[in-house]
Amino acid sequence: MPEHVLLRNRDLPDINQLPVYLKTGGFEAFKKVVSSQTPQEVTDLVRTAGLRGRGGAGFPTGVKWSFLSKGVYPRYVVANADESEPGTFKDREILEKNPFQFLEGVAICSYAAEANTAYVYCRGEFWDLAHKLEEHIQSLYDQKLLGSNLFGTEYHLDIFVALGAGAYICGEETALLESLEGKIGQPRLRPPFPAAEGLFGKPTVINNVETLTNLPPILEKGSVWFRSIGTDRSPGVKIFSLSGRVSKPGNYELPLGTTFRELIFEYGGGIPDGNKIKAIMPAGASSLILAATDEVLDTPMDYEAVQELGSALGSASVIVIDDSVSMKKVLHKTAAFFKHESCGKCTPCREGTYWMYKLMERIDSENGTRADVELLESVARGIQNKCLCALGEFSTAPVLTALERFPEDFQLEDESIV
Amino acid sequence: MGERPLLKEKYAHEIEHILAKFPPDHSRSAVMPLLFLALREENHVTEQAVVEIAEILSINPTQVRSIVGFYTLYQDRPGGKYRIQVCGDLPCSLRGGDEFLSGLCGRLGITLEETTGDGLFSIEKVMCLAACDRAPVFQLQGPDGVHYYENQTVDSAIKILEQIRQREQNA
Repeated sequence: MPEHVLLRNRDLPDINQLPVYLKTGGFEAFKKVVSSQTPQEVTDLVRTAGLRGRGGAGFPTGVKWSFLSKGVYPRYVVANADESEPGTFKDREILEKNPFQFLEGVAICSYAAEANTAYVYCRGEFWDLAHKLEEHIQSLYDQKLLGSNLFGTEYHLDIFVALGAGAYICGEETALLESLEGKIGQPRLRPPFPAAEGLFGKPTVINNVETLTNLPPILEKGSVWFRSIGTDRSPGVKIFSLSGRVSKPGNYELPLGTTFRELIFEYGGGIPDGNKIKAIMPAGASSLILAATDEVLDTPMDYEAVQELGSALGSASVIVIDDSVSMKKVLHKTAAFFKHESCGKCTPCREGTYWMYKLMERIDSENGTRADVELLESVARGIQNKCLCALGEFSTAPVLTALERFPEDFQLEDESIV
Repeated sequence: MGERPLLKEKYAHEIEHILAKFPPDHSRSAVMPLLFLALREENHVTEQAVVEIAEILSINPTQVRSIVGFYTLYQDRPGGKYRIQVCGDLPCSLRGGDEFLSGLCGRLGITLEETTGDGLFSIEKVMCLAACDRAPVFQLQGPDGVHYYENQTVDSAIKILEQIRQREQNA
């Protein structure tokens, strides 16, 4: 990659300062759309570009915007900066190092959605970041890039920062809305979808930080340019968060369709300590775990190809597991996570994640039995397809795929695990 | 209770600023930032703060309590003035996060959820902090908010904590 599209801070370290961002063409795209394009035109362009949501679901962004209930106002835009999936740390780098491109994306999205108020919902742990963002937003008001009568038009926009307080579930968009309304973060029954009844009961667009950060370059350079990067079905670049047993963990902005092998061995420097790669979790703790075969390693990472392998790209948080790590440890950790993060609304998830954790505690010790492993699988199957949001499903993904694809890690002799 | 209002007088300006972020008929949204205000006063959310926040927002104290119970960063029990929160999730653990946590406990002479004798530090295991590439990592939650410390060793962490201890003793 000669130049970064999203992590432009890698090329221009001072781009987190407004004068530098403005000098490099910053806010020209926002100015252009507000002064010369209709919201519908902006939505159509994003749709044609084929941008897909970068938060995990991969839903086409322009299509999502087009679901907004016609003629109902006020509308809201919410930026989802609740980045909490174990293995994901891409939005944090954007917010820290390239915040104005993100904020310009929020502004463009707000214009397209005909919203005059946008909220940036940051996870509570991003305390320092959120306070810095507030300063950045103030500097935009000072430059008349936010506020009323923008660029001499009637359009006005306010952006506010809101803080969560430590709850993974608030990354789920309807739980996030509940939290923003001052309630406990439990997902809503859908329909109605947020585009019809979202924040404060009004039509709302919720997009991930990385998705929004794609908007200024798309509006500036057009959909043909965007489609020239990545694959046909998954255009554009993606930030891959690489972690686990790899020599150079970190964020890598690469075209969608880059192979696992390139990411892990070429960019990530391979596996340390002379160990061998064993498994890949392409979507953080929520992954359907893949055995790292040659076929898998040579698969291009786009939304479709990873799905065809029997997994999902999600937010592209690639956790590398090497042959020194037992799947028992992996599941012990993911089970602890989901048990802690289940919001408690749906019984299968609330009870099931608790029991999966209790079982994994035992299976990952000297005292596990064959019956424990069988019960674990049965509990996981009991959660599947029975919950309101994806968290319950996510909690079963690593469990069922580890049992199926790494049976040797759960081998039992007689009644106890050796 | 029946004590003098804590937050309303001391933070009148900030409370006004917080409420201005939300539509007037949806002031309940302010419960989250108001709870963070309460944590600036005490290292946990006191019953008095709960009642006062409920009053400011015209909601029931039980509704405020449910928020405190749900979110990890609002504690209803006392702990250290600074809460050391170490990530114990999978990616961190693949880079020595668990050994870091137990080493830190050993050096501080406390176990999980305990507080040091001087009341300054307690230690907690938390879920993913979105810093997996810079593990081991911990955050400090204290009266001045939440701050990250990345790429840590037990020695480097102890050094940071000792500096805070010095600062507190001189304050």
